[in-house]
Amino acid sequence: MSTSSISRPAGRHSPSRRDFLKNCASGLMLWIVIGPNLDAVESEGTFPVTIKMRPKDAADFNAFLRIGEDGRVTCFTGKIEMGQGPITSLPQMLAEELDVAVDDVDIVMGDTDLCPYDEGTWGSMTTRIFGPQWRAAGSAARGVLLELASEALLVPVSQLTTQLGVVTDTKDPSRHITYGQLTKGKQIERQLTIPPTLKKTGEFKVVGKPLLRRDAREKVTGTAKYAGDIRIPGMLYAHVLRPPAHGAKLLRVDSSAARAIDGIVVVEEPGLVAVLHALPDVAENALGKLQAVYTPSPSQLDDKNIYSHLEHVTSPTRVIVQKGDLAAGRAKTAKPLETTYLNAYVAHAAMETHTALARFEGDKLTVWASTQNPFGARAEIAHVLGLPELQVRVITPYVGGGFGGKAMNLQAVEAARLAKATGRPVQVMWTREEEFFNDTFRPAAVVKIQAGLDDAGRIALWDYDVRFAGDRGSDLLYDVPHHRISAEGNFNGPEGIHPFPIGAWRAPACNTNAFARESHIDQLAALAGADPIEFRLRHVSNPRLLRVLKAAAEAWGWRPAVGVSGRGLGVACGFDAGTYVTTIAQVAVDSLTGKIAVKRVLCVQEMGLVINPAGAKLQMEGCITMGLGYALAEEIHFKAGAILDTNFDSYELPLFSWLPKIETQILPAEDSPPQGGGEPAIIVMGAVLANAVHDATGARLLVLPMTPDRVKAALQATAKTGRTG
Amino acid sequence: MTESVSFRLNHQPVRIQVAPDRDLLWVLRTELALTGPKYGCGISQCGACTVLVDDRPVRSCNLKVKAVEGKDVITIEGLARGPELHPLQQAFIQHDALQCGFCTPGMILTAYGFLRKHPNPTAEEVIAGMDQNLCRCGAHLRIVQAILTAAEAMRKGATP
Repeated sequence: MSTSSISRPAGRHSPSRRDFLKNCASGLMLWIVIGPNLDAVESEGTFPVTIKMRPKDAADFNAFLRIGEDGRVTCFTGKIEMGQGPITSLPQMLAEELDVAVDDVDIVMGDTDLCPYDEGTWGSMTTRIFGPQWRAAGSAARGVLLELASEALLVPVSQLTTQLGVVTDTKDPSRHITYGQLTKGKQIERQLTIPPTLKKTGEFKVVGKPLLRRDAREKVTGTAKYAGDIRIPGMLYAHVLRPPAHGAKLLRVDSSAARAIDGIVVVEEPGLVAVLHALPDVAENALGKLQAVYTPSPSQLDDKNIYSHLEHVTSPTRVIVQKGDLAAGRAKTAKPLETTYLNAYVAHAAMETHTALARFEGDKLTVWASTQNPFGARAEIAHVLGLPELQVRVITPYVGGGFGGKAMNLQAVEAARLAKATGRPVQVMWTREEEFFNDTFRPAAVVKIQAGLDDAGRIALWDYDVRFAGDRGSDLLYDVPHHRISAEGNFNGPEGIHPFPIGAWRAPACNTNAFARESHIDQLAALAGADPIEFRLRHVSNPRLLRVLKAAAEAWGWRPAVGVSGRGLGVACGFDAGTYVTTIAQVAVDSLTGKIAVKRVLCVQEMGLVINPAGAKLQMEGCITMGLGYALAEEIHFKAGAILDTNFDSYELPLFSWLPKIETQILPAEDSPPQGGGEPAIIVMGAVLANAVHDATGARLLVLPMTPDRVKAALQATAKTGRTG
Repeated sequence: MTESVSFRLNHQPVRIQVAPDRDLLWVLRTELALTGPKYGCGISQCGACTVLVDDRPVRSCNLKVKAVEGKDVITIEGLARGPELHPLQQAFIQHDALQCGFCTPGMILTAYGFLRKHPNPTAEEVIAGMDQNLCRCGAHLRIVQAILTAAEAMRKGATP
């Protein structure tokens, strides 16, 4: 889930053109093909897109849309809606370029038989990477409609204008024709003669306007369907046997007591034991009747000794960045500062657990799945069941939260295997306990930073090593002549390091890296006797970051102070998915209980052109609120492969009562390409609160989450040694 | 082992033949085909399964179906009577008070019960009243705003 480019993998199967035509009535259809070099999109704001009206083969197009006889536009995308808002912003972009009303655009998402191949919904890529191609598709379709209107009205294209689905002759406005009339009764395929051009900032009518969520009505009335809400006659509900610990192996299982229950079906296959029933709760109860014997887990790791393990386990080092000469930096260092920062495993804990429903009709398998990656799910299922990918259709209904955790699709594979084994449609809906057990946690990590100030109080040296969080977000951001950034492992591996599977968690690696870097910068500011914002400003030359940092200080009403001010103020900066962010926060710390109360959080973000400001702010607020969790409370406890936090009674999510006053600000940057918005604001939450706690108490928290026990321990250590900084 | 259990569900009488010790959540989601109440934790910790029983919010994942014998049960599907949405539903839309939407039915029904007791709440009271419902997307701030807006609309209007 790094910031790698989208490329169209060879051999992936999109629906064939013939199949797609079969599914559509008459109207204008437009295919869009993504060019090979998408890296350029980010860096140069160019759109290497080829528009083709007639794909050569089935896998030759990446997005398409249809304009029906009624003038309604239907667009098809492999992206999915899990709360982050593309169900609103993608139609908004299309409406802009096509000149139709947003309400006249329907969207079909995440259906592998209807939608073109997509590599998955993550990495804040929907708007910034996919968005330009998507908009080009709209622009191209408008070009075709103009050409058709030119033929119908017998005037040149240059004399025509489009608005709200109508083409009008500018010289005689009484002469006009609707998109629906232009496409009526025809099946049009056309090669564009004019390459599409995207609208510019000043021309926007729809983009940049705040739009309410399109899915809200369904979601407040209970009609929104998630994977677990699909019902098929004859379906069975399955519960799958899980080991007590990661690394434990099943030796034998006695299913006779479960089989004695009326209506229970037991499936025992290598690697999959499940009980099924027409009622889900009966199946769950029957699972408890299985007598299973396992080997003990060989893992000797627990949530206490894990950091020593991660610090010492051997893994190749990758140098990500090296500038200047570290030896020269060390020689110039007058005041050294070396610190190790730790971060815990955290769970995704989406409110909807992994769920899938699988049905065979003949040899065609359909799976409704809660997934961030429908095409990946299709590949997983096809591989395990030994089916050609085109025989598997994955449909993605609304997804009840993902945060990276629904990139993997074990539940969909289980449902498919059980449907095959029983010959019945089968739903698998993990219990919350299974969800915790099977989660691909955000990895625990160790960051070591050696840095130092020169005689003038500037940072002379920065030697940064991140072990097992991943290097995304490890960018230094500040000007340091001699620096190196290195990494061992990544957010998704390598295998054998962690006692259980790990994976991407909202802005993978960034939360850990921002915590370490911004904590350390704060420590250096104190060492230099400087205010933390002033100290940062002295070391920032990137104009976008400079702008964000200054805007945040101004919006907050920042009054500089040196050392521990007792006000409980903290600041942190970050960069992710093309977006710069500065957050300032204020906390109060109860020294008796060690509890941190977050009073106020201000987040300022520069994310290029904003498609839907309402949606972008919603994401920022969500990031801030969710970020309170990993900063203050969330931590997976484990021992010998067993996950000790298995439900919300012990694993704490942020609550309403934790809410600070939240302010969000997006700096205008309409002339820059749109950047990511689903992740950046969360990455600074650990650092900004750690820095605020230090400013309140003088205690420096070096471990996330900052639980009351850790806060108390840090306060006691500070009381012994005197206030630092 | 089944018994006949009768109650009113979304303003209509229902009578079902069911094992009486089954939890209401699964009876609603299967036999009664109402998927608005969601499974989130199974131990009354998250509130996604909340329904109204005699106008009070109850977690249906830990409520035996026989316990609602003779009572009025409302799920999110039955909150709006007719095409017009309940003020809470309208306010959730107006404030974008949801993201993935999975916790939303439980949030709205919990808020409904809260507002019956506290028709004119402060933001602090709303926060305290909603503190046992979980949302992972972080829509909390908007949910508080939506509930305050709905409270005002409900004080002005006739809708309960």
